[in-house]
Amino acid sequence: MNKSYKKKQARSNVIAHIALIIISIIWLFPFVGLLLQSFRSYDPNVEYGGMVDYLIPKHFSLDNYKFLFSGQTNFIRWYCNTIIIAVFVALFQTLIVLCVSYALSRMRFTGRTFLMRFWLVLGMFPGFLTMICLYFLLKQFGLTQAGAVPGLILVGVASSGMAYYVCKGYFDTIPKALDEAARIDGATRARVFVMMTLPMSKPIIIYTALVAFMAPWCDYVFASYVAFGHDESYNVAVAMTRWVWTNDYQGYFTRFCAGGVLVAIPVTILFMCLQKYYVEGVTGGAVKG
Amino acid sequence: MEVGIKNVFGSIGEAVTKGEGKTKVSMLIMGFGQMLRGQILKGIAFLVSEVAFILYMILFGAKYCSKLGTLGDTVTQKVGRKTVYGDNSFLILLFSILTVFVIAAFILLWYLNIRDNLNQEKLLAQGKSLPSNKTVFESLFDKNFDKTLLALPVTGIFVFTVLPIIFMICVAFTNYDKNHQSPTNLFTWVGMANFKRLLSFGSSGIGSTFVQVLAWTLVWAFFATFIDYFLGLAVAMLINKKGVNFKRLWRTILVLTIAVPQFVSLLYIMKLFSNDGLLNGWMMKLGWISSPIQFWVDPMLARITIIVVNIWIGIPYMMLIATGLLMNIPEDLYESARIDGATGWQMFRSITLPYMLFVTGPFLLTQFTANLNNFNVIYLLTQGKPQSIRLAEKAGSTDLLVTWLYKMTVNDTNYCMAAVLGIMVFIVTAVVSLVVYNALPSVKDEEGFQ
Repeated sequence: MNKSYKKKQARSNVIAHIALIIISIIWLFPFVGLLLQSFRSYDPNVEYGGMVDYLIPKHFSLDNYKFLFSGQTNFIRWYCNTIIIAVFVALFQTLIVLCVSYALSRMRFTGRTFLMRFWLVLGMFPGFLTMICLYFLLKQFGLTQAGAVPGLILVGVASSGMAYYVCKGYFDTIPKALDEAARIDGATRARVFVMMTLPMSKPIIIYTALVAFMAPWCDYVFASYVAFGHDESYNVAVAMTRWVWTNDYQGYFTRFCAGGVLVAIPVTILFMCLQKYYVEGVTGGAVKG
Repeated sequence: MEVGIKNVFGSIGEAVTKGEGKTKVSMLIMGFGQMLRGQILKGIAFLVSEVAFILYMILFGAKYCSKLGTLGDTVTQKVGRKTVYGDNSFLILLFSILTVFVIAAFILLWYLNIRDNLNQEKLLAQGKSLPSNKTVFESLFDKNFDKTLLALPVTGIFVFTVLPIIFMICVAFTNYDKNHQSPTNLFTWVGMANFKRLLSFGSSGIGSTFVQVLAWTLVWAFFATFIDYFLGLAVAMLINKKGVNFKRLWRTILVLTIAVPQFVSLLYIMKLFSNDGLLNGWMMKLGWISSPIQFWVDPMLARITIIVVNIWIGIPYMMLIATGLLMNIPEDLYESARIDGATGWQMFRSITLPYMLFVTGPFLLTQFTANLNNFNVIYLLTQGKPQSIRLAEKAGSTDLLVTWLYKMTVNDTNYCMAAVLGIMVFIVTAVVSLVVYNALPSVKDEEGFQ
């Protein structure tokens, strides 16, 4: 009995490992493909840069990467734009989310529940609905086309107060008694917030900043609308989508792959380093809803 | 509520009848009383806001509000070589809405000013002293810290979310489309015409297209949410299984999907499945098929492919959440079930699944509403294509309501229909949320499983 049970266990473990290996191959395939195809030259004398029916390039070449840094396109500019937007959005969004969460978690004021319900309802409107209106508002301040980068930062930051759920949930778990004790000792609310709550909230600060930092890398919709027609203020997503959608038949596909690799590497490394905090935030947020 | 209104009018009446001179002057010149009583800081704040309000009304408010009824009647024209600017419907609507809010805010401030005056009067009459300017200022970092914290975020949300949303709701009742673009052309109110067009099934209406897009949106959200949920749970349990090695490695591989920006991975996958893509190329080389499988061209196949690709996106996320939660289930529950001779499937059915569904109920709801509006996956993979002549307004077979809305805004500049669609998305999201939320076991019975 015991022997057959062990045998059964061993067999099911083997099956589990095989399943996991198959899953890993499926999940890794697009990334391996992206990397391999980025090394295929677009020079017609060497190879074709468009769609082909093989994965591994016949000749290893760095032509695509050279192209990106050669100045034939504004790639470096797009890259910097995206980094600038991501850093500033992450910074300000984290600050705002922390402020809102603290106020909603710790203070009781008139209109508190109304504010939370109202924001919940606002969140049910699709974000793109307001695109035209926002575009017009930004245009009034010269923050479109040439000024698209600060404009995108402003829009990214302006409404971030509504994304307080996860952070407020975290603050709620910090015992209120600590606040009370500090206040009895004469500390003001502001002092309690800066000197006590913030240092205890490292995981949630990192989570908020990380999520805010990742979002602008994927921002296609609004960025393409605000920067429309002004190549220098594109971000990587807007600029490089063109290589797939419109220039694809001129063999821009491998150049897209190379650009994609350059975008993915730093973001992925950063994410992997801070993975622990991300998991914590996501799980906490999901369970509390 | 009733008591609140009574209080408001009560204190205004009190100020008119019994208030001292300073308070009465404050009804005209806000902050007057406070300044005379030594509260310079508060007084100046009230006075400045009153001056700002009057300036705004003279410069913008009155001018635009008077034209709200027609949204402008003078068209911009060219007289000789000069352009004579007429009305701008866009500005008229925007500033009219803003003015309504400014007036409301001003009335609130005015009331607060009166109440503050009365309070001060009472304090002084009782022989107490008023808080000094310094105390008032310092309270912004202590008792009134919430106001300091929330001032900027609330203003930002008002200007960049509330105002635009109300503006767009109004646009839904106008004819703001490509033939009525301000400033060269004017647009005006048309009542419910746009809603009638969306919901009528005749030749002029787009009702059948709307129903098809709505149906696909709901079907998509359902499959995208639940397939990912159960498969993600399964993968998490597989990795958590006793005897499986390298747990961290498997998780890390899956998490890569979250780390790599979606526009890179999804565009690559889009190309992978395209007619000249790698998958079709390989299968043709191997002789499995003679012509490419039309992954993105055939409407039904495109829908299925999207759902399948979305599994690739969704499983890692669910896996992360499930991994943590699975560990919360007490091991002795399984142990005693095993002693009773339960099979693995039975244990899953009666221990794991009920617990997971209970704990992740709200999460499932947010996932569902997020998928209703899942722009990135649809737009990066198909842009809503393939298009079909059976669908009006350039909608495609894989279009969700939001991608359709986006295309109307960007490609057709059909702003009024886009606004109507936006309202529809809101209604769908709100109804789903409300109905499901109230039916959730974790909402009905908070104490269960604790």
